[in-house]
Amino acid sequence: MALKRPALEATISNALSALVVGGAAGAVVVIALIPMIAGLIRDGLAARLTPTMTSVASIAIGVGATVFLITQLPIFLIWLERKIAAHIQDRLGPMRVGWHGVLQSFADGLKLLFKEDIIVDGADKFLFKLAPFLTIMGAFAAFAVLPWGEGLVISNLNIGLLYAIAITSLGAIGILMAGWASNNKYALYGGMRSAAQMVSYEIPTAIVILSVVVQVGSLNLSDVIAAQQGGVGGVTNWFIFRLYGLNVIGFILFFICGLAETNRNPFDIPEAESELVAGFHTEYSGMRFAFFFLAEYGAMFFVAALTAVLFLGGWSGPFFSGPLVLFVKTLALVFVQMWLRWTLPRLRVDQLMALCWKYLIPISFVVLIAAAIDGVVGS
Amino acid sequence: MSTQTQYKDLEPDETYAFKPEDLEEGEMILNMGPQHPSTHGVLRIELKTDGEVVNDARPHIGYLHRNFEKHAENIDYQGVIPFTDRMDYVGSMANSLSYAVAVEKLMGIELNERVECIRVIVSELQRIASHLLAIGTYGLDIGAFTPFLHSFVEREKILDLFEWLCGARLLYNYNWVGGVSHDLPEGWTGRAKVFLDQFSPVIEELDELLSHNKIFTARTATVGIIPPELAVGYALTGPNLRGSGIKWDIRKEDPYCGYEKYDFDVPVGQGRYGPIGSCWDRYYVRVDEMRQSVRILRQALDQLPAEGDVHESVPKRVKPKPGEAYGRTEAPRGELGFYVISDGSLIPMRVKGRSPCFVAMSIFHEIAKGEMLADMIAIIGSLDIVLGEIDR
Repeated sequence: MALKRPALEATISNALSALVVGGAAGAVVVIALIPMIAGLIRDGLAARLTPTMTSVASIAIGVGATVFLITQLPIFLIWLERKIAAHIQDRLGPMRVGWHGVLQSFADGLKLLFKEDIIVDGADKFLFKLAPFLTIMGAFAAFAVLPWGEGLVISNLNIGLLYAIAITSLGAIGILMAGWASNNKYALYGGMRSAAQMVSYEIPTAIVILSVVVQVGSLNLSDVIAAQQGGVGGVTNWFIFRLYGLNVIGFILFFICGLAETNRNPFDIPEAESELVAGFHTEYSGMRFAFFFLAEYGAMFFVAALTAVLFLGGWSGPFFSGPLVLFVKTLALVFVQMWLRWTLPRLRVDQLMALCWKYLIPISFVVLIAAAIDGVVGS
Repeated sequence: MSTQTQYKDLEPDETYAFKPEDLEEGEMILNMGPQHPSTHGVLRIELKTDGEVVNDARPHIGYLHRNFEKHAENIDYQGVIPFTDRMDYVGSMANSLSYAVAVEKLMGIELNERVECIRVIVSELQRIASHLLAIGTYGLDIGAFTPFLHSFVEREKILDLFEWLCGARLLYNYNWVGGVSHDLPEGWTGRAKVFLDQFSPVIEELDELLSHNKIFTARTATVGIIPPELAVGYALTGPNLRGSGIKWDIRKEDPYCGYEKYDFDVPVGQGRYGPIGSCWDRYYVRVDEMRQSVRILRQALDQLPAEGDVHESVPKRVKPKPGEAYGRTEAPRGELGFYVISDGSLIPMRVKGRSPCFVAMSIFHEIAKGEMLADMIAIIGSLDIVLGEIDR
């Protein structure tokens, strides 16, 4: 049954697959060793440069490493999603391009890169071009405050959580802008739905985050993790196990809101394929479309990582701590997101609003008030 | 030049389509189709929308018109059958059966029991295949991708059986006037029974995955309500009528091919999660009908007479006496009828198809008003239309 491939093509494909799989394995090792590597680099820099220059250089290296990670991540996540979807649906998914299709995302990326960049006639050209950049910026700039380990954070902001809420909302503005600038009725519907979704879901997200902030007493993400260390086996101090189990509700709420924020099923109404053709990115092609796509997967990963930081102890784990722990926790949450996407139908826009305003917001207030009372009584 | 102008003057769309002056403050015309992922073919619907709410809807059909009825007036009786296959292209067996029943009525042909039983078997398998497609794509319309592929796996097995039977997977040309094209191959019934044993639990799995999902019922059980009077008033048939709670099935009311010999129920909409006649009821009638089809198939496969030539009654030349006949069957989408007039020659004088999908589409604007944009998709999907049959 299998078609025989030309020898040269097979050799190239095998070599590239080996490279990618080896690279991924290498990346895992590097992520595991990041604290050591970072320490070595920091010491090396400190020996040669002035303290100011050292901090500038280490931030530059951190930014470079993070940018590299988050641009490669979506490629991996897209492949992972296609494989997960395929196995849920009783098929194999990409199998042809490389070993189990590992090169598929690269091939697709290359294709998108070479595709014609179409800007429709009636479009608002400036906004049309700006929108994908805003969206991808919103998704990726958020990684600046994500702590990967002890002292391993690009920017240890005091108001890290506030920054995270604010910067992720930028994506919705990009989507709204894309919907408006496309001069297409379906795109406009997608944009408006996204705006409506954002106003609804920012509120319970923020309230749940507040309930964690009340328990920590700080908006700094590193402090949030520090507050979760210790306990039996390094696990029982995670916020999900505290506040008499009420934080489990907070965790679930935050996860649901995260799905809504990243426009994932069952909340993918801005790009509802069967209703709005492709929603806000109907008119986009080539790399501009790819930017929306990358932003979606970047945002997915960030929301999952933030959930892990807020409720599952971030990079601190039961046996050892470090970036790899956060990575594994995040991927587990990303898997759940994908699992839900390929299982559930889509809500209607008014039902989404009803769910948010009638259920999620009141419940999140209960969690917040409980956290506040517990804080007052405890002190 | 002048002929062009005249043609343009006559174009019916000009008067039918919405005009800008029809719009009120805040309204917008949204063109859904003819190229849209969820219109189940080349259907164009003009929607007058106010934000997400649809104030009025006008379907435009005809994009798939292939002149079936005119073709039928220019070709011999047996030659019409491949054209009927192309009407409802996901339920081909049912179409040719309906036409064959009409011509046989016109000529007074009696069939032997084996042919009748084979026809029941293939038409019930076709019903399952067609309903699987309807249910799968309905899930897709509501946003659940996975049930679609799972139901397609099962449909594929039925298509494999058909391929074994007659060589074709979609357009079979199987039911001839006076018989069927091929007898069942050796081992076919055994394979069909294996399929049924494996398929019955799959219906329950689909039920768990989609039918009773909270989001799915919320999306479908309160929209697109067709009250029983309205359904009768618009002459709906098939699952769309039964979804409104009316027990009407041609297999029971006007049996053909010996359907009176089989023991089965006619499922109707119960209004389990909302008012009777909702999209969910129509969807679930289809699920229940698959269960009943499995029941009929088990009986038919057991009762299949061993003896009988499938070509026994096939006439050398189909040349009915002058006259007319209306033959109807319960196709997967409702009452599919063919009205055939003969003038005594070798080609029919007139063949008129009574399409259940065309009737179902005519009710669309009634139930679409006041619903939301996303509900349009839910309603179209629940009516289970096939444009090949609407336009013919």
